[in-house]
Amino acid sequence: MDGGARTQRRGGAVSQASTDEVQTVVAARALAQTRTVFIGVGRPSTAAILARMVHNPALVLIYESGTIGAKPFHIPLSIGDGELAETADAVVSVPEMFNYWIGPGRVEVAFLGAAQVDRFANLNSTVIGDYDHPRTRLPGAGGAPEIASSCGEVIVVAPHSKRTFVERLDFITTVGHGDGPGARERLGLRGRGPTAVITDMGVLEPDADSKELVLTQLHEGVSVEAVREATDWDLEVAQEVRVTEPPSDRELEALRELLAR
Amino acid sequence: MARVLGLSEALAELVHDGDSVALEGFTHLIPFAAGHELLRQGRRDLELIRMTPDLLYDQMVGMGAARKLVFSYGGNPGVGSLHRFRDAIENGWPHPIEIEEHSHAGMANRYVAGAADLPFAVLRGYAGTDLVEHTTVRFIECPFTGERLAAVAALRPDVAIVHAQEADEQGNVSLWGIPGVQKEAVLAAARSLVTVERIVERLQPRPGALVIPGWAIDVVAAAPGGSQPSYSQGITERDNDFYRRWDEISRERESFTAWMAEHVLSAVEAR
Repeated sequence: MDGGARTQRRGGAVSQASTDEVQTVVAARALAQTRTVFIGVGRPSTAAILARMVHNPALVLIYESGTIGAKPFHIPLSIGDGELAETADAVVSVPEMFNYWIGPGRVEVAFLGAAQVDRFANLNSTVIGDYDHPRTRLPGAGGAPEIASSCGEVIVVAPHSKRTFVERLDFITTVGHGDGPGARERLGLRGRGPTAVITDMGVLEPDADSKELVLTQLHEGVSVEAVREATDWDLEVAQEVRVTEPPSDRELEALRELLAR
Repeated sequence: MARVLGLSEALAELVHDGDSVALEGFTHLIPFAAGHELLRQGRRDLELIRMTPDLLYDQMVGMGAARKLVFSYGGNPGVGSLHRFRDAIENGWPHPIEIEEHSHAGMANRYVAGAADLPFAVLRGYAGTDLVEHTTVRFIECPFTGERLAAVAALRPDVAIVHAQEADEQGNVSLWGIPGVQKEAVLAAARSLVTVERIVERLQPRPGALVIPGWAIDVVAAAPGGSQPSYSQGITERDNDFYRRWDEISRERESFTAWMAEHVLSAVEAR
């Protein structure tokens, strides 16, 4: 290691990963075989850059600002930071981004976050409380509704708590699996919709038949009960729950180095 | 050919109380200098249109310049809330505002229809969302395939204001980096102003640059540094530290008002 000593070491091994780090590492692994990914800012962006560093150097990062094939060295603060445009393969207008690239389903995977997620992985990023008299006004839809309807699949990245994983959304900003089986087809949504929800506790995946989210993977040291406790609905649990392979030294070192840039 | 005027003179001529005004620029090239000059000129009752209100509309809403806000994403990118935007919607401060919100795809297509002088645009979108109940969108059947598609009404602002890197003396504009919806906004609006970092004798051809002919623009005004704290690719850099600091400045009404008085209202339009 250089003088920066950004990786915390303990007895020669990289120190234990935090739950946030595990979430980011797991999200990055999900992109190991992906060709194109659509990402917003925050943890999804960090995970996608990490995936390029560790698993998939050819991964094409697409930001809704119109930057296709961006290769950021730093984690961008906004989706339109100068470095994204400078390093992109192509820079297109917003209408072109939605009409030519997202709408026709040219992007394989979309990473989305949300303030609220329900049992069918529908998302709310508009308001908490009543629309006309909101308790908390959130930023709103942005690109999410059409990104989620058209991209090949959606991976949701969100912190696990009862405030986020709710029985009923205050507002449906973005349709995941609607009200269950057949909903996406009835609405004419062409992508497969959410295939995984990666949290800081584990991974939820929609059941093939019911489309309801099921706990399929736990991060090391997290119990099924703790996840159910942090979920506002009666969360289904898979018969066999996998345990997340802990972040490797290489993954953790790369993540910490990236965050320190 | 566009007329080249001073910023203050240009805005006094083009923007009136009650107008619908689109100050566009998608993270990049946000026309802050023009927006600040509108506040100094005391414009009121505006219908402010922007895909991403960003700090500029947070400031304009917080100063009470807006009657209505039309938008698709009202956050401080990568930082969090726009506190003045939230205070206006949640608490009606400094006065209640009307809102009309869309998805990005919907807003972008509304500008496209406006630029094409068509009454509406079609897209696959909005289906199944609660936006349908709370905004202006209709569903139509494709006359060829029968597919159900969303229709959104054209945006036709009274005035579009955008920022670019360069213009020549005839008002031809060259813009590079992230192009957002600036060209569509200019072509959709009844009147248009492009502020630029610099006015040059002759535009140099530049790969990937978007050129808007001067005859399609009403007024060009020089505003060096006029997109800060956003940026003009190749000339200025995005001031990410300021975007972070804005969270603190704008959180309380008092600190916001004091900051605006000192940094915007009392500033002389010196360009």
